[in-house]
Amino acid sequence: MRFAVVRFPGTWSDRDCRHALVDVLGQRADIVWHRETSLAGFDAVVLPGGFSYGDYLRCGAIARFSPVMEAVGRAAAAGMPVIGICNGFQVLCESGLLPGALMRNRGLRFRCEWTHLRVEGGGSPWTAGIAPGEVLRIPISHGEGSYQAGPDTLDALERAGRVLFRYCDERGQPAPAANPNGSARNVAGVRNEAGNVVGLMPHPERAAEHIVGGVDGNRIWQSVIEAAAEVAA
Amino acid sequence: MSRFLASVAVTLKPAVNDPEGLTIASALHSLGFAGVASVRAGKLFEIAIEASSAEEARTMAEAMCERLLANPVMERYACAIAEAERA
Repeated sequence: MRFAVVRFPGTWSDRDCRHALVDVLGQRADIVWHRETSLAGFDAVVLPGGFSYGDYLRCGAIARFSPVMEAVGRAAAAGMPVIGICNGFQVLCESGLLPGALMRNRGLRFRCEWTHLRVEGGGSPWTAGIAPGEVLRIPISHGEGSYQAGPDTLDALERAGRVLFRYCDERGQPAPAANPNGSARNVAGVRNEAGNVVGLMPHPERAAEHIVGGVDGNRIWQSVIEAAAEVAA
Repeated sequence: MSRFLASVAVTLKPAVNDPEGLTIASALHSLGFAGVASVRAGKLFEIAIEASSAEEARTMAEAMCERLLANPVMERYACAIAEAERA
């Protein structure tokens, strides 16, 4: 499977994503500069974390107008798997490809720590290999990751099973104390209606090897790789 | 064409929690400004615009807010237009 790992000016997790995909999981992954206008030849898109355009104006607000985002929009509409991690999640929300917005953390602190995520629903290739209710241990690293949307939007997302990841404690309970940033309803990640576009604040690429403390992030990459193999078969 | 100055204030919608504003309010209280009831933090953009009329300048400033300067999910905006002083 060949992944496009998009690099905006200020992206910082692109090489971590490529390392996890290529060196750990044996896939193909190429860095794609934000001025590219085509994603031909790729099977999936990764919008990595970082501080695109210095986070000026709002996180992700400028990156969404990069030339590559038109191609990402077309790929998303055509059903290609797209994942936005951290700043990539912010870019997807600013683009309107995912609902809601990421705001300043409750407490105003940049939080860089391990979190537990309960995988909530299905309907996405990015979690196809993970049973609902399973708990993943994946780190966060952000200052503006408080997921917010209007109550009607949140209700609609919940009803449709589009809340994909929720911050929880080790036992899978979405306790207030397990919420690192004040996200509404402990939401850590959501998907679009079709399920191919997913955004989450935690960094699966930073939980790819035991030497860094865990490998749960690979479950997400493996899910999409297996889902693509099934489509091809 | 004339030059206008658009002052665009972007603030969080009233229902949206504003941890930055809450922190500033708390700091003002510690400084002894006991009368501070609340603070909402926001952004101010001063945009010089060449346009044929104030109405046109306003239309442009509002379009900028809709497309880029404000995020309608959580923010609202207000534009004030003034004729810029000639140099």
